[in-house]
Amino acid sequence: MQVYLPVAEMAVNLFALMGLGAVAGFLSGMFGVGGGFLLTPFLIFLGVPPNVAVATQANQLVGASVSGLLGHWQRRNVDVRLGLVMLAGGTAGSLLGVLLFNLLQRLGQIDLAISILYVALLGVVGLAMVLESLVSLLWRRRAPLPLEDTAGNWRSRIPGRMYFPRSGLTISPLLPGGIGFVGGVLVAVMGIGGGFVMVPAMIYMLRMPISLVAGTSLFQILFTTAGATLLQATVNHAVDVVLAFCLLLGGVVGAQWGIRLAARVQGERARLTLGLMVGTVALKLALDLLEVPVEPFTLAPARLP
Amino acid sequence: MRRALAIFLVVVAGLGGGGRQGRAQTMSLHADLSSYLIAITTGFTGAEVVLFGVTDAPGDIVVRVTGPAMPLVVRRKEPVAGLWVNRRSMRFEDVPGYYAVAASRPDVLTAHARLAARLQLGVDNLRLESVTTAPDPETKAIFRAALIRNKQARGLFPEGVGEVTVFRSNQTRLFRTTVRFPATVPTGKYKVETLVLHQGEAIKADVHILSVGKTGISAEIFEFSRLHDILYGLAAVTGALMIGWGGAAMFRR
Repeated sequence: MQVYLPVAEMAVNLFALMGLGAVAGFLSGMFGVGGGFLLTPFLIFLGVPPNVAVATQANQLVGASVSGLLGHWQRRNVDVRLGLVMLAGGTAGSLLGVLLFNLLQRLGQIDLAISILYVALLGVVGLAMVLESLVSLLWRRRAPLPLEDTAGNWRSRIPGRMYFPRSGLTISPLLPGGIGFVGGVLVAVMGIGGGFVMVPAMIYMLRMPISLVAGTSLFQILFTTAGATLLQATVNHAVDVVLAFCLLLGGVVGAQWGIRLAARVQGERARLTLGLMVGTVALKLALDLLEVPVEPFTLAPARLP
Repeated sequence: MRRALAIFLVVVAGLGGGGRQGRAQTMSLHADLSSYLIAITTGFTGAEVVLFGVTDAPGDIVVRVTGPAMPLVVRRKEPVAGLWVNRRSMRFEDVPGYYAVAASRPDVLTAHARLAARLQLGVDNLRLESVTTAPDPETKAIFRAALIRNKQARGLFPEGVGEVTVFRSNQTRLFRTTVRFPATVPTGKYKVETLVLHQGEAIKADVHILSVGKTGISAEIFEFSRLHDILYGLAAVTGALMIGWGGAAMFRR
């Protein structure tokens, strides 16, 4: 059964969409990642225009992150003060990201930018995951956390001071704000939640208690993606609600399977599989950039002068 | 005497020629469409419209459908440090959103080559103007060909000349042809022309307007997303929150 997407102006198979959403939801339930890193390239591959894919992803991530956030909130695992500072950065980042996206589109280089960013991001993350889980599996012990800063307390050299009671940290707000900023840019330009980048940064750069990291990052993601959705809807008119809701409907089902399966599968094995999947997607995108295109010419509507 | 004869001959020739024109005016061509509106609804996967008609004029029957014109940019990927990157581009004005030609004979474009060129009949005769300064005519031709190729791949410039089926009864001919629109067809007004080509001229023509528009919920969503964009954005966020929350709540039993 086909469904016509009013903003994307094309018809897609409804079950393919829901299935895609289910896979993304499954990944989020299992690993706590947004799944956006898979969805955006796949949507573009299906023929959805890149700006609609990225903007609609922001919308989809709102729904995908709310259930996870609720769970953490109920367990009081969210540092709201820190989250708000990150959110301020995230809003600024998504605003810059939307402008950047527009510029790249006008130059006709948006496909290239998205591909390169994905190859870089997924390549690094996939590799890190594979290595970390292999180390854990083969040597049967946790991958060692980095040693205490041998470079001295570089954090204290960053201007500004704020006390975050829930995490027990006294650091410059520019740090979490900066992390949130990067997350915001990623949402607007790539259509991913940014958790991939923010969670390790929160653990290693901010030294937040690990129990608070997931919930706080979801807090930032939820509100940043909500803001990005509003931005994209008003500035670019690129949000397709029909697409977003179809993906979400599949997503909530997939997430439940993912959560159930997560309890039964060994963590390291699952992370290894995910790392391999992510690495494969990165490899495919890299090959696409390098291989001689079958049709080197593309058409795009021209801006009215 | 010779002068009178010359004048007489000129008048007779004139009358004869005028007679041909006069005969064309008494001949008729009527065409009609099975539908004048293509409604893009939620399950839209493309559409077909049948054009049919009757004529007693001699000649080849040609049907042309032209979609709304829009400016387009054609970009070419070139290798830069191993990566294939969009580099050169050319902007074309007034590119039809859809273009199809059907005729009662498949070689109509070659049989009436000069007339086809004059009427811009057939994709190769389309005057696709570019405002970008091309380095040389070959490059422009390459970009133009790429534009046409891309449109053909999407089904927006159906390839070749379609078939107009003709049923003859004495001088009168009944004809029909099917026009196929893919799912990606642009909205707007389409010009559907039926022509009879005879002895280097288009002696009869009948023109109809076909509208392609979004209707139903898809159209309303599209309009809403443009006119009330803030509300639309808020609705999108709220809806996503509800689905996410509701889905988790439902399964938490």
